[in-house]
Amino acid sequence: MALNFLISRRAPAAARRDAGEALWRRREPLLALLTVVLILLVGLRAPVFLSTQSMDNLLTDSAITIMLALTQMLVILTRGIDLSVASNLALSGMMSALLAMHFPVLPVGVFILMAVVIGLLLGLLNGWLIGYLELPPIVVTLGSMSVYRGMVFVLSGGAWVSSRNMPADFVAFPLARLGGLTHLVWLGALAVVAIWFLARHTRFGRDLYAIGNDPSAAAYVGIASPARLLWTYGLSGAMAGLAGYLWVARYAVAYTEIAYGFELTVIAACVIGGISIAGGVGQVSGAVLGALFLSVINNALPIMRISPFWQSALTGMVILCAVILNARGKQGGRKQILPLHGQKSLTTGSTA
Amino acid sequence: MSSMSEPAGAPRSRYRIDEKARFHPRDLLRHWEALLAVLLVLVCAVNGLLLPHFFDPYNLADSTFNFSEKAMIALPMALLIICREIDISVSAIIALASVAMGLANQAGVPPLGLLLVAIATGTACGLLNGTLVTRLCLPSIVVTIGSMSLFRGLASVVLGDQAFTQYPAELGDWGQGYFFDVLPRPFVVWLLAAAMFAVLLHVTRWGRQLYAIGNSPVAARFSGVAVDRYRLALFVLTGAMAGLAAFFLTGRIGSTRPNIAMGWELEIITVVILGGVSIAGGTGTIGGVMLSVLVMGMLTYGLALANIPGIIMTIVVGALLLATIAIPRLLRGKRAAGR
Repeated sequence: MALNFLISRRAPAAARRDAGEALWRRREPLLALLTVVLILLVGLRAPVFLSTQSMDNLLTDSAITIMLALTQMLVILTRGIDLSVASNLALSGMMSALLAMHFPVLPVGVFILMAVVIGLLLGLLNGWLIGYLELPPIVVTLGSMSVYRGMVFVLSGGAWVSSRNMPADFVAFPLARLGGLTHLVWLGALAVVAIWFLARHTRFGRDLYAIGNDPSAAAYVGIASPARLLWTYGLSGAMAGLAGYLWVARYAVAYTEIAYGFELTVIAACVIGGISIAGGVGQVSGAVLGALFLSVINNALPIMRISPFWQSALTGMVILCAVILNARGKQGGRKQILPLHGQKSLTTGSTA
Repeated sequence: MSSMSEPAGAPRSRYRIDEKARFHPRDLLRHWEALLAVLLVLVCAVNGLLLPHFFDPYNLADSTFNFSEKAMIALPMALLIICREIDISVSAIIALASVAMGLANQAGVPPLGLLLVAIATGTACGLLNGTLVTRLCLPSIVVTIGSMSLFRGLASVVLGDQAFTQYPAELGDWGQGYFFDVLPRPFVVWLLAAAMFAVLLHVTRWGRQLYAIGNSPVAARFSGVAVDRYRLALFVLTGAMAGLAAFFLTGRIGSTRPNIAMGWELEIITVVILGGVSIAGGTGTIGGVMLSVLVMGMLTYGLALANIPGIIMTIVVGALLLATIAIPRLLRGKRAAGR
């Protein structure tokens, strides 16, 4: 399916990336440097930002965004997009909260597993529609986004499930500490390692890059795209389910509008992290740094005593700057229609 | 195996240039628009049977206020999607244009001036989107996700935790008033705009070029279509229409709050896709979009009369969207699988 608005009209940067580029010209180290500089600058204005406790907060706050950005990255690698993650998060979070409300004696693990399984099923539905029916991901996930969000309301009857209705250990788990760090941070770190291994060292992960770089070529070399897409969206759903439990338990409240619009934050994190919306380009480090960068901005604003109303505007500026910087590196030959001799066509990158 | 696995490079065109076939009445049924029209009649009939006040003329006229503003933006959005682009930032443009109106209103600008302020703000926003997309060759979904955040953020920076109220009564007349006491003004304006868009898309050369771009931007460029100029114009047009919608919306609700028009972008895109505009570009008609707007509007209105909460509507819309794209695919699924 040729989704032009998802695709940059320039040749993908993939070819240049593995050509032994200098470290400082790659994006991920640059973004890491920028993040560190930003943290230091904020620290200069407000030293309290550099304290261990504040850093601990920062990591805890960014864990959910990082986790969702990781699976969103896998989806975007295949030239897809998953707009339903926030609704999925709300629905599986709400279901685990309702379960906890009605069966408070069950151990926490059951609720977490429940949330993950529900998220997985919701994600697999997307994956089936996109992988096997070959429907455009943006339309499918737009539709399922509305359906899932509406179902939260139907299930809860529009009521809130607050901390009074949830068992104590259900609420305590995300912020409980293990070796000095919260469970949220540990789960985030685990997700980073797992997705890094998946994307880098498994056949499944490499296939996703192949599908994103050229779907038809991937089919010719025998990659079962439908099954890969099914499980990619399934994984994205399962992660959203886990995040749903964590979100509900951490903020100790579940209602219809939780995480409303969060899908765009997650996609923004990926875009900042250099994951090309045209598919096939992106790394785990990019997704993590993109999510971290957004979290640093959000956490720094109150410390810098900047009105929280600036948050969205700043995020927007960061996204636009990130994509513009991205585009600048690839400029040249824009007006040239016919390729030069011995050079691959630059203008045909848009159709597939 | 799958359409993705077809031989590379050659996107299947949805149009075949044949000899023009003779007209058959049954061909009409094959059109998406015909199905939508049937659906519209069905929705109205069922609602009319179940709800005694459904066909009350005053109620009907009143119900148009709820969708007219969205419908105004659905028109240029359809052109954008036909052209393989998309604009996620429309609701944020409404917010920013509404804030600009609020500021202008405080400065004592008369209502007509407010209209100009709203449209100018929208145009400027659209120009920014369009420039980024065309000059820097960026994918429009990424640009407009960023600019959505930026516009909405700027609006909330200006507003803080306040809201602009105290708009002049004349503005309210435009937002929820009637022409000749019977015709709801936003609805009439939408119909006029739709007529203009229909002529633009289906009669003029300009409109044909949009289909050409949507079918294959590269081929269109090779054939001498100034593709980027069309793209830029469409983004500007979308911004301007969002500004216009902001004028009516602000007039109707009489205030500017940070959450104004929240989440509309996805509703608008859903309506456009339900109207038969393919997200892959190159197909769709203004008539289809208009019918889909009316189906949605009547459905929402019926649910509201039946006292069903609005969020149920989101399930219906989402399921409808999934069904409309999945069912045709399932029906011809067997054939495709055997390939």
